[in-house]
Order: sequence, then structure tokens, then C-alpha cells
Amino acid sequence: MKITFIQQDGSSATVDVPAGTSVMRGAIGNDIDGIIAECGGSCVCATCHVYVEGGDIDRFPAVSDDEDEMLDLAAAPRRANSRLSCQLKCDSDEVTLRVVVPSEQV
Amino acid sequence: MKRREQVVVAGAGHAGVQLAASLRGFGFDGQITLIGEEPCLPYERPPLSKELLGTENACFQTLHPLDHYSRHQVDLLNGVRVVGIDRGDQTVSTSSHEDVAYDHLVVATGATPRRLPVDGCDLDGVHVLRTSDDARALRAGLVPGAKLAVVGAGFIGLEVAAAAAAHGLDVTVVEAFGRVMERSVSPEISAYFERYHREAGVHLILGKLLHALIGADGRVQGLLTSDGTYVCADLVLIGAGVVPACDLAVQAGLEVANGIVVDGQLLTADPRISAIGDCAAFPHPDGRLVRLESIQNAADQARLVAARLTGTAAAYRAVPWFWSIQGSRKLQIVGLDAGVTSRRSYGDPTGRYSVFGFRQGRLAVVESVNDPGNHIWARKLFEAGSGSANPDETVLHENQFVNGEVDFKALARRAIKREVDAP
Repeated sequence: MKITFIQQDGSSATVDVPAGTSVMRGAIGNDIDGIIAECGGSCVCATCHVYVEGGDIDRFPAVSDDEDEMLDLAAAPRRANSRLSCQLKCDSDEVTLRVVVPSEQV
Repeated sequence: MKRREQVVVAGAGHAGVQLAASLRGFGFDGQITLIGEEPCLPYERPPLSKELLGTENACFQTLHPLDHYSRHQVDLLNGVRVVGIDRGDQTVSTSSHEDVAYDHLVVATGATPRRLPVDGCDLDGVHVLRTSDDARALRAGLVPGAKLAVVGAGFIGLEVAAAAAAHGLDVTVVEAFGRVMERSVSPEISAYFERYHREAGVHLILGKLLHALIGADGRVQGLLTSDGTYVCADLVLIGAGVVPACDLAVQAGLEVANGIVVDGQLLTADPRISAIGDCAAFPHPDGRLVRLESIQNAADQARLVAARLTGTAAAYRAVPWFWSIQGSRKLQIVGLDAGVTSRRSYGDPTGRYSVFGFRQGRLAVVESVNDPGNHIWARKLFEAGSGSANPDETVLHENQFVNGEVDFKALARRAIKREVDAP
């Protein structure tokens, strides 16, 4: 998968993330700034929040009930395109996704 | 030319790694030396007792890739132990025989598994679980059909018990107290999990002290409780809690009281030494010393000290929160259980369930199982009130929680709005 992380200052980085790995892990593994993931992907901290700007989002799971609740805890404002990146996993290598990193996670 | 300021961090667990990252994040441009005794790259500790068991090839999840440290100019010395502090010279001595100088030292040495004073603890097949090495050793014995005995029904013991039972082992948990997780949760949550684990096939023996571990040819065969109950075991996990790693502080003449004693800003009596995370005993607003073992505490204390070292001093008032995943049940807690005098529970004690605990009538702790909605509104509520003296107290009163059902989200929303709108 090709995931593009766009920072608040407009800079961006596109990284390769293996199928089955979450967008969060892709960010941490590539040392992308601004994604904290304090709970390591257990969907309990809401510090891996991203705004999905474009790409193949329909190939990723829809927001679960748990994620929907946890998104209300995100430090940056919740928007219609808010997701917790630890929940964004896809089995296909062929997808792309563009996400904006929020200004704060804590 | 001014010499670069040097911060040394003793310990590369969650607290130490966060401290180094936050220092850079807040604009510190001096030297950061992060010293960790484990030889591997710093990694996540919570998965060791949960999903890393029962998965053969799971790699340990590093907190950051190797180039994170060089990219942020953090000098990571892993596989090196800090063995002494010379407060006069402002240096630490290390196991690699190198002395490292500091302008400020942050002790983030964490905690180590408590060893029990019983015979047989050194038998093969007896494990503790704190490090990735411990997890590897334990995992090797977790084969379907094997008998696992867990001593201690705390969070680690129960997480492992659930994972092992799901992997096909025959699991028995022996606990000295009369209920599980006695030190940390309400009786209602204990009852919830006792029922859950028993239904999953885990044998729970409560209210029995471990008397000895029994072996043959140097290998554990079982355990004996103080009333003579014998439990067969191919392997044993001692999950009897941890003790804070305070040796450095003791040797350096710093006060220790179930942890390295620090003030409200997490500073020891030495103005050049702070302590954070599992090893730090800090003052709660009600006067007692508290030591919290959680990712939240490690991370928030790291951020606080990093802020102080870059010019923004503040008292530690972070709202304590915690999670534990046992099988398919996710327990989330906000606030602290100490001093709770009454409780109200709502929901299904076999499913989605929440327990609200009150201290002198005020909501002080919320425990939720598979109920993230209540948990996050509790966190928001606690955080809205954290300008007040006590981070684990809210404005909600017990009389707002009626029998039957509670719309906690609505209650919390209104209370938060009043906090926000208050002059």
C-alpha cells in the first residue's frame, strides 16, 4: 500500500506499508511525525488520529462502534473524515491512501 | 562558546523514550543520552502479555525505528546499565565502564517482577513476565495441552491466562486475595472477570497463598498452596506484581518510599535529578505518595519533565487512565480506586458493563468493560475538571446516578459544559 502523510505545514511523505499492516504502524515504522499511537493499536487512546483526504478508503474497514466512540476523544477536532489510523488496515498491496496529520494528538 | 546542555535518561522503556522524544519536540537543542539495559531497540511492553503469546513468529513491536534516534539526535546506548550516580560530579557510571556527564538526569528505570519468598522459584519452567526475553522464554512453553499455573490474578496474570487458555492450554490461576485484581478494581469488576475467565475454562483458586513450587530433576512439576492444595503444572508464571527499580536512588542518597520520591513537578531533592514512570513516587493532592504503573503515567510524566526542562514548569495533574485486555474483554479505567466508598453498576455483567465509584459522594473512578463510550466520556469529564485540585475527582455526585439506567454521556456532557462555562 502507498500511504501519503500530509503535515499541517503542507509537507508530505509517501511510504510503502505492507498489506495487513495498519496505517498507524506504517507511520511509526517510517518515523512520520505527529502520530503518537500511545496504546500501540489497542484502540484505547485516540492518539493516532488522521483525516482521510483521498485514495482507496472504501477498501478499508468502515468505522467500527468502538472506533466511533474513541474518535470523540481525539485531541484535534473530529471531522467527517476522521479515522484512528490503527484501525485502517487493508489486505491488498495495491491501494493508496492520503491522510492529513492533525496539529495535536494529546 | 556555551557548552551544549546534557540530559541523561536512565532507562529506555516507555517513559525514557517519551522523555527523549518530547525534549526534542519542545525544542531542546542540547545533548540527549538515552541509556537502556535491554540490548534490543526500545519496544512496547503491553503486547507482551496479550497478543504476543500464541503467535509463533510475532516480532516485538519497537516504539520507534532505529533511525528515529539518530534523526532526532538521541544518543541511544542500549544494552548498557546505569550502575551509579555521582551527584557531586554530575555523572553516571555505566556497565560499559563509560561515565556520562549530565546537567540534568532523568531516572526512568521502571520496575522489576516481584520474586516470592518460596521454595522452587529457580526451577526450570518458572517464569516472570516483564521483558521481551521473558516473553520469548514463556512463549516457548505455551503449547496446546500444556498445564500452566499462574501465581497472582493481577492484570498480567489474567491477560496471560486468557491468552494461554485461548491457545489450548489448561490454565489454573492461584491468587492470595479473595478476588481477582484486588489491588486495582472494584469487587463488581472482579466478579465480572472471575465469571468471564471461568466460562473460558480457566480454573481460579482464590484466597490461597502459594506455599512452594515443587520440582523434579530441576524442573517444575507443580505448586503447593498453604492449605495443601496441589496444582500440577508444566510451567508456572509468577505474576505477583512489580517492585520499583530504586537501587540507583538508594545508592545516591535520594529518598525512596515504594519508589523514588519526587515532588509535584517530579523532581527529587536533587534539583538536577527527576524521576518518572513506574519507578516514581509522587505526591497526590490529598497528601499521600502515589506510584502508578501505566503507559499513560509514563508518557504524561515524561512530557511534564520535558516541558519543565525546556522552560515550562507545571505540577503533575494528569488524569490517570488505564486499560487491560483479557481475551475478548477490554477493561478501561479512568480515575483511581483508592478511598472509594460506594459504587453503582450498569449494564450486563457478562457483556457491556460499567461501574462508577464515588469518594465522599463524588465520582472518582469509572471502570468500563467493552463500553468505550462511557470510558471516553468519563475521561473528558475528568479532564474538564482537572483545573481543580484533584485529578481523580469530578463534579458528578452519586445522587445523579439513579438505579436502573444512567445516560452517562448526557450527564457528563452537561457537567463538562458547566465546567467550561464557569466564570
